[in-house]
Amino acid sequence: MRSRPMSPLTRRLALGACLLLGLPLAGAARAEDPIRIGLVTALSGQSAKSGEAISRGIGLAIDEINAGGGVLGRPLELVARDDEANPSKGVLAARELIQRVGVVALVGGLDTPVSMALVPIANQMKVPFLGPWAAGTGITRNGASDNYAFRVSAVDALVDEALVAYAVKTHGAKKPGMILVNNAWGESNQQGLTAALKAANLPAAGIEKYEAADLDMVPQLTRLREAGADTLFLVGNVGPSAQVVKSLDRMGWSVPVVSHWGPAGGRFDELAGPSAAKVHFIQTFTFAGNTSPKALAVLDALKKKYPAIKSMADVTPAVGIANAYDATHLLALAIKAAGSTKGPEVRDGFYKIAAYPGLIKTYDKPFAPGQHDALGPQDYVFTRFQNGEIVAVTN
Amino acid sequence: MLTGTLITGLGLGSMYGLVALGFHITYAVSGTVNFAQGSAVTLGAVLGYTLGVTLGWPMPVAIPGALLGCALLGLTVERLLVRPFVEKGSDAWLLATVAGGIVLDNAMLFTFGKEPRSLPSSLAVSPVEILGTGIYPLQLLIPVVGLTVAVAIQTLFRRTDLGRVLLAVAQNADAARLMGIDVRRTVACAFALSALLAGAAGLLIAPLFSVSAEMGALFGIKAFAVAILGGIGSATGVVLAGLLYGLVEAGVTATLGSTYTQLVVFSVIILALALRPDGLLGRAAINKV
Repeated sequence: MRSRPMSPLTRRLALGACLLLGLPLAGAARAEDPIRIGLVTALSGQSAKSGEAISRGIGLAIDEINAGGGVLGRPLELVARDDEANPSKGVLAARELIQRVGVVALVGGLDTPVSMALVPIANQMKVPFLGPWAAGTGITRNGASDNYAFRVSAVDALVDEALVAYAVKTHGAKKPGMILVNNAWGESNQQGLTAALKAANLPAAGIEKYEAADLDMVPQLTRLREAGADTLFLVGNVGPSAQVVKSLDRMGWSVPVVSHWGPAGGRFDELAGPSAAKVHFIQTFTFAGNTSPKALAVLDALKKKYPAIKSMADVTPAVGIANAYDATHLLALAIKAAGSTKGPEVRDGFYKIAAYPGLIKTYDKPFAPGQHDALGPQDYVFTRFQNGEIVAVTN
Repeated sequence: MLTGTLITGLGLGSMYGLVALGFHITYAVSGTVNFAQGSAVTLGAVLGYTLGVTLGWPMPVAIPGALLGCALLGLTVERLLVRPFVEKGSDAWLLATVAGGIVLDNAMLFTFGKEPRSLPSSLAVSPVEILGTGIYPLQLLIPVVGLTVAVAIQTLFRRTDLGRVLLAVAQNADAARLMGIDVRRTVACAFALSALLAGAAGLLIAPLFSVSAEMGALFGIKAFAVAILGGIGSATGVVLAGLLYGLVEAGVTATLGSTYTQLVVFSVIILALALRPDGLLGRAAINKV
């Protein structure tokens, strides 16, 4: 095909389109312009409550930072997009946020498949990605030579070791079975659990998968029961996790369930019924029973900012709030340390963070090259649902 | 394991059949279908939850209320999204009903909320044991309701005056009009009944699973596949196809695992349609010239 020079009309149209789309044609941000942070998470659908928790954690942290004069003399501003738990929608949203809105960093949501799709974009466009929820091991350990993905959340590989240790210690598990969602998150945990069981010298009774839209898990669970499973490892979001519990009820199979943190993402106890309390799941943080001054102060501030929060049942999932709250403060510190909003400099800024007294813990040099996860097994706690609240399991 | 699979398969299968019957009814009467059937499934469950749980109406009132809401939806769809196009000789009702379903789904997302909720039912509290498998009474009720409705519809078409009217409209709308049959009203009734059946399916399955604004979408697609598979012109064929679909789906999940479910089930559908292009019990349309 022959290439033709742009006609004046085409050029004018292109220029107009650029203006309409707000593409930065020239010029740098003015000092008073806000520093924008992009959020790509599920704000609708089954996990909407988790998306709301993440938004609230970020919102509260931004208020605190802006009240203290912002970062580099500029206020922070959150621009949120709903990915509907769909990787391709997440990718579209991330590109829009980076190219059109010009966000300084992307904060991800709770779905590992979405985060796994966003990380390559972040690495390629040199924009820091900060995960406050999704635990897929490969999100931060992504093998990229130039890694822009950081996380203030659990990591599957470490969670799986903790799940196996808990099942052995609390339930005396000798032959556990796995019931996992059939996606990248389930895959990540299948590898992690298999490795952790091998390290603990335990056999697996079986590995069963279900689709997120499956309504009945009796067939899969029956196969695990027939294989002699004495404990179940459950990995899935709140809806399907509730279906697993209901299916167990129908089968009349009372087996201990040790779960990843999917149940924390919604009204698990309402969806799963009374047996919800039997499921013990991992968390990085809980407000219930937490008497640290910082936790009490944050809870108070949350109630002031979001009048919809009346009781402890309204601050679930607390991990979403706490991880996102700490992540936002750490991001602000990284920008401050970088003295710039340019991606590569902010990335290196993360490595320069010294100490930060956060909500989950006091972080001490949380990030280093090759160490992009701020939380580890020492920060995990096991919990269960009780009267709509997530409470720590004490035994 | 076999009992559980059978019950799951028959239960879901008869629900697919019920929704697919809705496709059958409007197709038989008017040659059009309501692609918002999946949304009608959702509406049944969402209204049931809103009336019965949020507003605290007693269930014997809430359930007919929800069904009435679905019937009204059917009437609205017919009046706004089907009739204007059909009367202009356009096939745009196809897209109009799809779009209507999307609008309704999103409207429910805004009003009902984003979170799935649980619809309690006294029939899904304590399982009874049958052949070593725990089964809720509701799971047994579902296939019974599905098959009863199918038989009732078949009887309605074959044995009653209303059924003859419906069939007359289907065979030749102009002739029916000349015989003094109100064709418009008949078609509207068919759409109301069709959406009502979908709503009933939504209400029946909600206590077993959960109520959410997106629960019906996949249901609607599967039910349309079932309607085509059964031969959309035959009520018996449609219900039979629904049961078959449910059983194959549950059987594949139990034996091969759910990774293979959609793969196998939809391959079977393609194969079945290749062997019987007009569906299991459908008859080829005869074009008289």
